[in-house]
Amino acid sequence: MQRHKAKRVEIIIEAALLSRLTDSLQSADVSGYTVLPVKGGSGRSGPWTRDGQISRGSGMFAVICLIRPERLDGLLEAAFEVVEKHIGVVSITDTEILRAERF
Amino acid sequence: MADIFSLAAGNLISPIILSFVLGVAAALARSDLTIPEAVAKGMSIYLLFAIGFKGGVGVAAHGVDAKLVGTLVAAGVLSFGLPFIAFGLLGFMTKLTTLDKAAVAAHYGSISIVTFVAATSVLETQGLVAEGYMVAAAAVMEAPAILSALWIVARKGGGASATKGLYREILLNGSIVLLVGSFFIGAITGQDGLNQIAPFIVAPFQGVLCLFLLDMGLVAGRGLRDSRGEVGGGAIAFGLLMPLVGSAFGLMAALAIGLSPGGAALLMTLSASASYIAVPAAMRVALPEAKPSIYLTLSLGVTFPFNLTVGIPLYTAISTTLAGG
Repeated sequence: MQRHKAKRVEIIIEAALLSRLTDSLQSADVSGYTVLPVKGGSGRSGPWTRDGQISRGSGMFAVICLIRPERLDGLLEAAFEVVEKHIGVVSITDTEILRAERF
Repeated sequence: MADIFSLAAGNLISPIILSFVLGVAAALARSDLTIPEAVAKGMSIYLLFAIGFKGGVGVAAHGVDAKLVGTLVAAGVLSFGLPFIAFGLLGFMTKLTTLDKAAVAAHYGSISIVTFVAATSVLETQGLVAEGYMVAAAAVMEAPAILSALWIVARKGGGASATKGLYREILLNGSIVLLVGSFFIGAITGQDGLNQIAPFIVAPFQGVLCLFLLDMGLVAGRGLRDSRGEVGGGAIAFGLLMPLVGSAFGLMAALAIGLSPGGAALLMTLSASASYIAVPAAMRVALPEAKPSIYLTLSLGVTFPFNLTVGIPLYTAISTTLAGG
């Protein structure tokens, strides 16, 4: 089965910023991404958990994009417009995908 | 005065307050007791719908009068004005940065809907009837404080990123939409509508509120446990003083409007409470450099428990005495 090189971008972002990030990605023509809820964790601002939270002010989400390497810079510029000042983590890893025509 | 304190002390021994205390104690003791996020959100939706609906039924039963307009105007003015008082007090009592002070001030001008729900429950237990439109006053008080805080930051030369989308999110915040929407459903359908769904929104209300406050206790206790050292003594003193200051302004407004003792207690509670749902989300967008560990700890870890255990019984007792109960 043929495999293709790609980049996997994972953005952990505050819940309050999620729609802004996905809007920014859409406007940069990044239409494919997956949003996952994050259960909890710990960082510079201390430990946190999603249990019992009802406010969007304190939760986090993970947005995962698989993208062709030549489109990476456009995605990162769009993402950074939103995440630059906020709590979060952005990581990029090399990966491989099947069915490259979908990306 | 002795009567006020004995009434307040008597209110402390109730299932809802003891449930909250259990949550705080469990979190501080590092128990593994947790309420899943989805369950907590489900309970908050239930409580907002029930309280909004019952408020609307109250308006349908008693009609609309000039006091309604006065109450809504007063609610808006209180929410706009209290952040300026809070900001001034914070400058006097703490060494927080301008951004942190403004973010905290926004929380204290806005309201805690759960504190409002708990106060409504206490009033019902005591047989006090409040004006149904106090629910609408709660909705009015959610957002203006955010604008005041952003104005303070802009005036002090700080950087607030208030986008057009932010104002839409504030005004169409899910809790406001649900509260106002269910209020109108209750006002339109009246007592007949309430009779149709009473087994769902009346009978289980107190039990759901107990579980929800258990969850709030867990969240508040975790916040207190994890933020030791982040919030200084001056800020904690502010978190205990500001509700009393806010409630005093609420009482003055209630007396000027001529609200019933129950309505006055609710306006005092609204003015005394601090947001931890709508405003934290807005602050994360508009003032990202402000520290959530400060404003969330003060709002949820200091002022919310204070209002629940001491504030609501005190406001109820004072309003009953002064507003002619």
